[in-house]
Amino acid sequence: METIKEDLIIFEEIIPGGWNFSHHLKKGTCLRLTDVEGGVNASTLLYNSQNLSERYNMADTLKAQFTSCLTTGHALYSDMGRVLLSIIDDTCGKHDTMTACSNPKTNLAKYGMKNYQEFRNDYYRDGLTSLITEVSKYGMTVRDLHSHINFFTRINVDNEGNLSFAKNEKPGTYIDLQAEMDTLVVLNTCPHPMDTNSNYAPKPLKVTIWKADCKLEENPCYQLCDQNKRGYMNSINYYK
Amino acid sequence: MSFDKNNTIYTQKVLAGDHWSHVIKAGQTIRIIDLEGNQAADTMFYSLADTDERYSAQDTINYQNNVYLTTGSKLISSLGNVLLTITDDTCGRHDTVGGACSAESNSVRYELNKIHMHNCRDSFMAALREHDIELGKRDLNSNINFFMNVPISPDGKSTFLDGISEAGKYVQLKAEVDVLCIISNCPQLNNPCNAYNPTPIELNIWD
Repeated sequence: METIKEDLIIFEEIIPGGWNFSHHLKKGTCLRLTDVEGGVNASTLLYNSQNLSERYNMADTLKAQFTSCLTTGHALYSDMGRVLLSIIDDTCGKHDTMTACSNPKTNLAKYGMKNYQEFRNDYYRDGLTSLITEVSKYGMTVRDLHSHINFFTRINVDNEGNLSFAKNEKPGTYIDLQAEMDTLVVLNTCPHPMDTNSNYAPKPLKVTIWKADCKLEENPCYQLCDQNKRGYMNSINYYK
Repeated sequence: MSFDKNNTIYTQKVLAGDHWSHVIKAGQTIRIIDLEGNQAADTMFYSLADTDERYSAQDTINYQNNVYLTTGSKLISSLGNVLLTITDDTCGRHDTVGGACSAESNSVRYELNKIHMHNCRDSFMAALREHDIELGKRDLNSNINFFMNVPISPDGKSTFLDGISEAGKYVQLKAEVDVLCIISNCPQLNNPCNAYNPTPIELNIWD
């Protein structure tokens, strides 16, 4: 467990299970997502803070790095050939970006209904509605949702392409995302629709933001492949 | 109704590297034919009733619990509704994870100077501009690549391999609601998705 030095921490917050969060992560800072209790799912969208039409691209991220899941050493690409965030550390080992978060239909089919009127803030919330709510705060709409990342959700694929779900069970598991560009991070902590738990049991997520110090030459993502060296060049050139 | 050249209401050959757009009404069927083999047909669908609702690769993968598309696959929208169903497929497997090529992603994947090459995203944007709807790059999400072979292996790797399609193979989809379909007949020259040789496709629509 790599502890972050206290004096480098800019802020820290716990997002309760089933809620949403967003933050403009500045270039040169790092975001640690911690699965506090084990079993969290953090469905996450990424946008260039200065130009929201530039956003995370699942396909470009996977293609450039010949992978189908995400962990340390993988860069998260925008649809403009630039690296938004670097995964510089990860104790989970595998995060999904090929499946969708929950929506009102999947929630209803799986959990039934708990409404606000009867259950107040224990009502059931879903990932799609949470993401629409959160992006709306930045002038965006459902049009601006795109293929997202499900941090801490592990999806296994067999030889025929069939999927199976596995979540992180270990409390304290974390992933470190260093911003290579100013990046609007939008996420929610609703359970993944393929979660094998048939009860609605969302888990909390800790977000910690601190001053990043991982230099380009030491960045495991930059070192991974020639594709990433070009991706980082594109990000660097964007700010020239 | 099954396919018959005599009952098609629309036939169009889309040349290598060209784009195409057309409305497919609920109940109509479209057949996409890989005329010469190993061609990738990058495809997106929008609900005509509200184009904010569009094809979602991720929701489609969840719905069928599988990463590949073939006969029986239901194409699911960003709001969780069925847009189309694949009713016939002689190719056997289609990709929806690999996305579309763009000038900028070419610069990453091949060389920085490969940015000035004809690409699918430019074609998609041109196809969207053909309609009186304000749709653009922000409306392009993960698409379908008919006839393209992107194996996802259990060890977490993904690669692009030579196509498993051949001349004359086709895939057929029935629209469950009115949809706007856009296709970029992929012009990529840098990888085996088109066997380095983009070729034409043919489209047929019938009631």
